[in-house]
Amino acid sequence: MIPCAVVGVGQTHHKSRRRDVSVGGLVREAVFRALDDAEMTMADIDAVVIGKAPDLFEGVMKPELYLSDALGAVGKPMFRVHTAGSVGGTTAIVAASHVQAGKHRRVLAVAYQKQSEGNAQFALGSGKGASLGAGGAFAPFIRAYIHRSGAPEHIGWKVAVKDRLNALKNPYAHLKIEDISIDKVKASPMMWDPIRFLESCPSSDGACAVVVTDEEGGRTAAAAGRQPAWILATSSRSEPPSFPGRDPVRPAACLQCADDVYRQAGITDPRRQLDMAELYVPFSWHEAIWLEAHRIAEPGEGWRMIDRGETELGGAFPINCSGGVLSSNPIGASGLLRFAEAANQVRGAAGEHQVDGCRTALAMAYGANSQYFSMWVVADRLHPFD
Amino acid sequence: MGTSRDIAVIGWAQTPMVRHTELTETQLLMQVITDALTPIGLTRADVDFTCLGSCDYITGQAFSFVSNLDAIGAWPPKRDSHVEMDGAWALYEAWLRLHEGDIDIAVVTGSGRSSTGDPSLIYPMEMDPFFLAPLGADPVTFAALQARAVIAAGIADERSMAEVAVRSRGTGDVDTLLGGDYVRQPLRRHDLPPITDGAAAMVLATGERARQLVARPAYITGFDHRTECHNPSFRALDDSPSTRIAAAAAGLGDAPIEVAELQAAFTHEELLLRHVLGLGQEVIVNASGGALRENPIMATGLIRIGRAADHVFGGGRRALAHATSGPCLQQNLICIVEDGEGQR
Repeated sequence: MIPCAVVGVGQTHHKSRRRDVSVGGLVREAVFRALDDAEMTMADIDAVVIGKAPDLFEGVMKPELYLSDALGAVGKPMFRVHTAGSVGGTTAIVAASHVQAGKHRRVLAVAYQKQSEGNAQFALGSGKGASLGAGGAFAPFIRAYIHRSGAPEHIGWKVAVKDRLNALKNPYAHLKIEDISIDKVKASPMMWDPIRFLESCPSSDGACAVVVTDEEGGRTAAAAGRQPAWILATSSRSEPPSFPGRDPVRPAACLQCADDVYRQAGITDPRRQLDMAELYVPFSWHEAIWLEAHRIAEPGEGWRMIDRGETELGGAFPINCSGGVLSSNPIGASGLLRFAEAANQVRGAAGEHQVDGCRTALAMAYGANSQYFSMWVVADRLHPFD
Repeated sequence: MGTSRDIAVIGWAQTPMVRHTELTETQLLMQVITDALTPIGLTRADVDFTCLGSCDYITGQAFSFVSNLDAIGAWPPKRDSHVEMDGAWALYEAWLRLHEGDIDIAVVTGSGRSSTGDPSLIYPMEMDPFFLAPLGADPVTFAALQARAVIAAGIADERSMAEVAVRSRGTGDVDTLLGGDYVRQPLRRHDLPPITDGAAAMVLATGERARQLVARPAYITGFDHRTECHNPSFRALDDSPSTRIAAAAAGLGDAPIEVAELQAAFTHEELLLRHVLGLGQEVIVNASGGALRENPIMATGLIRIGRAADHVFGGGRRALAHATSGPCLQQNLICIVEDGEGQR
């Protein structure tokens, strides 16, 4: 496998409604920021990989066709991925695969959602009504986690506050709730018991892009003083929707995917060897759930890390320093944002929400009924644990 | 292209191709994956990676591919991906993935049930939402525009197009067909593809495993795909530059090919693609009948690669497969399969 690196990262300002841009304009905003960051132009790109969640959300079928000009893909390979909510992560993984396979040298990964173009809840029910919505689907898993772990109810509120405080340090974040507090979260309406309104992700318009290059591209960037994020490991796992014995609180696909990236990266003690993680947390309690399903915490211990403040920016193991999905949720891009934020952390390019001395980071996205998992581990050097 | 590993098609299967089936896409895939694996002596447990190709808009359901995880048998969980593209592109992702070097067996699928919707209502949705979708122009209309350009360039005429239809379907005669009414001038009913429900599954293996499992693997020696500008009015419709770039990158010119399977849903597309690819009379084109006989959208391209592989399985040396997506052949893929003499 050919080593590869992230040398450019870009994202849009995420908002409920980006009425100032078309879908094409939205993706270009992220793409040009990523290309500028990489000191490249569209002409330098060999292939484009685009990911987004259901086409029914914007009402444009196979939009990679319409977006070929906007993304500078004319005359190039243009590849479209869709793996439900994990798609942004899968987009990064497939872009890396283009390089790791030795077939392409500079690949642009782009992911977006423009939720304001349509009605996601309507589309989830395929226009037939009858959609639970994501909160309705995940609330039973959260109740199961609480039942199993005995976690107190304020854990979800703490995560909701922490991620919104982090978002205040991220210029691109959608939600900017200056007066966020435990009391404010606690007083917000109950949506899907036990998930309150302020424990839920927003609906956002937004896009994200990263430039992935081969080893030579990474070394060239480093030589020019632009720190690359070396991709130590990528992995994806899927499991079926529902059957007796499946555990959506501790999904086998998540555990296997995490084990796979740790093995590739040479990580035997993720809590010690990773410096931070960007985990896909659309509802507050999923931080506790995922801490455990990534073996960062032992079963039943994830909520205690949160309670001790360890996952705060400045804590022992910061999670979602960007504000996470709880602060910006352009669905198809939400996964790539996790992967891009992890890359920026190890590049030392995370601005006000930078984790001091961050050298190795994990990013994860998941999708559907907690079934699709994609992850990568990035570091500021190619062999950090040798 | 600096291929580091041999990767080969070692088997594939397709469902019966029908105008309408009551089976779900998951049920179609359940059967066709088994049908692809069983003759090789493999089970789902042997598969290291799966990549499915399908389209929510064809199915009429957001996240329609999620239930197809049941068909691949993703328990224990699998390395898996999905493309909102024809299965031919799912094959491209699996081919890249196998080149990474850590795994050996992949299954890819393409599936679609076009019968449940109205193509003339669905396909305008894949056009630019600001300038083209509001026109409501359907695929037949765009194809007719391209057919006019191809005829004007002298690459085809209505008679040669009817000849393609007769040869592909094995029925009818040219003079009778040319007496029919236009659907969109210059296209008549026989120039159009049928509506087909169906799915296909293909098994890929890295060189050594492939040689252990089958007598004649069909090695993928060239694989490339390219896209073009979207708006047909900004393109030279009597040409297909993306096909030409992909074919050159896939090494079409390196050696003669015996067989070509082209995803030409309209008769003039076959004639244009032959012209652009420079295929001579000695090349057998779409002996299967191609998309004019059976057109299971999202599987049609993958089946072309399967048919090309069949040529190698049956003793042939080198075959080309083509897949396409978008209005007027916007995006094109070329896959070349060989018997492996060049490998040794």
